[in-house]
Amino acid sequence: MVNKIWGFFIISGIVFCFFTGNIKLINDEILNCTKSAIDMIFKIFPVMALWLGIMQIASSSGLLNIFANKLSILLTKIFPDIPYGHESLSFIASNIVANMFGLGNAATPFGLKAMESLQTLNNKKDTASRSMITFLVLNTSGVTIIPTTIISLRMMYKSITPTAIVLPCIIATSLSTIAGLILDRIISRRIK
Amino acid sequence: MTLISNMIIPILVLIIIIHGFIKRIDLYDEFVKGAKSSFPMITTMFPCLLGMILGVNIFTKSGVLDWFFSFLKPIFSYWKIPFEILPMIVMRPISGSSTLAILNGLFKKYGPDSLIGTIASVIQGSTDTTFYVLTLYFGSIGIKKIRYSLYVGLFADIVGIVSAIIITSMLL
Repeated sequence: MVNKIWGFFIISGIVFCFFTGNIKLINDEILNCTKSAIDMIFKIFPVMALWLGIMQIASSSGLLNIFANKLSILLTKIFPDIPYGHESLSFIASNIVANMFGLGNAATPFGLKAMESLQTLNNKKDTASRSMITFLVLNTSGVTIIPTTIISLRMMYKSITPTAIVLPCIIATSLSTIAGLILDRIISRRIK
Repeated sequence: MTLISNMIIPILVLIIIIHGFIKRIDLYDEFVKGAKSSFPMITTMFPCLLGMILGVNIFTKSGVLDWFFSFLKPIFSYWKIPFEILPMIVMRPISGSSTLAILNGLFKKYGPDSLIGTIASVIQGSTDTTFYVLTLYFGSIGIKKIRYSLYVGLFADIVGIVSAIIITSMLL
């Protein structure tokens, strides 16, 4: 999917510029993209290191586990098909907690484990189960409390209030998650 | 609003450190260990970012994107939404590194505290890349029939983006 889109971007962009005569612009764009990329990496890297460091403390001290356990109770309501106490619930909870704190790469392994575990409950192995879809909705709507990368990028561009976006983000992400879960419920009931 | 937003991070850090202190873990050693794990992340991220910046910059700067979606312009101006955030909205469900590249460009051009910069930040922070998550998670366990998951995921994205725009416009 991404491969085709990426190819389409480059082909359509360059061909379009041949027609509009803006070929110098594209030439500069191709040559300058390396500089933009390395600038960005240097901007994001230190802040990412900072948060991964702080979150490592939270995970070693068991604080993330405490959050995950609290969440499991709520999760049994969102995932009615998963039997109570099934291991997939704890993977799902860990994934959500890691996502909440902006730990994308810590969240992914938990998410993959959760999918694997949900697959053991699945009757048709090539078809997505209801619980899997619900889990993906939770994931794609992005339950984030601390969007670390964005805050760091804002700081680098000398924002006066780099963290002012935190609360709006929480509200918007909650709305999208709730909307996604409701639609998921409605469709899955209809299909039954 | 700004005050609450500014307090969230210090309070979170305080809670984490105090909890770690009570549990008697090696605070500093753990911090260093975690920070170190950012190196492999950055090295995997760089090629993706570079590729995405190349693709997205060619696509957006050439003007083909605006031309493609110019039919949306009246809707945007009616709701007083800056048209500049369109690439962000279009790309958000497809790729995370590409929207990060767009966000970077918008900050450079308009500044992070402008209306455009703030809306773009909230969109980036409140939604996730549906296509990527679907491909990765379903691919890992060999699911071929994804049923209605894509529609629900995209629906959640749209709700997130629309609420990001409304909330930010109300605040600024």
